[in-house]
Amino acid sequence: MSTLRRNFLKLTGGTGALAVAWAAGLIASGQARAATWNKSGFEAKTLADVMKSLGATGATESKDIIITAPDIAENGAVVPVAVTSKLPGTQQISIVAEKNPFPLAATFDVSGGGDGYVSARIKMGQTSNVWAVVKADGKYYTAKKEVKITVGGCG
Amino acid sequence: MAEPMKIRATLQGDVADVRILMMHPMETGQRKDAKREVVPLHFIQSVVVTHNGKTVLDTQWSQAVSRNPFLGLRIKGAKAGDKIGVTWIDNKGDKRTDEATVAPAS
Repeated sequence: MSTLRRNFLKLTGGTGALAVAWAAGLIASGQARAATWNKSGFEAKTLADVMKSLGATGATESKDIIITAPDIAENGAVVPVAVTSKLPGTQQISIVAEKNPFPLAATFDVSGGGDGYVSARIKMGQTSNVWAVVKADGKYYTAKKEVKITVGGCG
Repeated sequence: MAEPMKIRATLQGDVADVRILMMHPMETGQRKDAKREVVPLHFIQSVVVTHNGKTVLDTQWSQAVSRNPFLGLRIKGAKAGDKIGVTWIDNKGDKRTDEATVAPAS
């Protein structure tokens, strides 16, 4: 947990006044947040910052990660995305929509008998790449797929 | 209070295919209502799925997950009659827990 906090401090320091103002706004609105929630990741605004918050900078691309998503989604408010990881020892799967205002959509921690498969429906503001970031055996792997959006779903 | 979830768990071999549908507005904090006022952020932050009491999936979500979220997962080594528990917590502290049993392959 302490690494997360460090990352968050680094992030707010690095991205300047805007991030600080945003964080202050959230605290002011008095939102209760789960302790484990990856605040820095979910509030990051660029793909690089998301990768940094996940600790996945410089992750290798892998063909063992399969993203199932439509090539063209008519409604950006409901984009079904499924990620299958065939990597042994899959621990965590994250779904990132690159051009969303906040790219990180979801993180799934797999444990016990959980299989390397998750599916969910996400919102996407515009046509962009959808990234799957998989942590397996302590290493990070990525895969991406472009999804074209006809009508954005963030408004 | 939040509406109940729909949970369906079906056995396929020794893998349980679990589908969960939650009822939640999932507001992004960017949308404006009819009075042109911003609808505040309101979304599910965390969903925990358990198999016979043991956590198999611990998720963290942002507001980018669609309204009335769907979650699909597979659980290895499941048997018919096993209990699947799902708990979600949103950013306002609301939570809901529902349970279902794994149905045998049809």
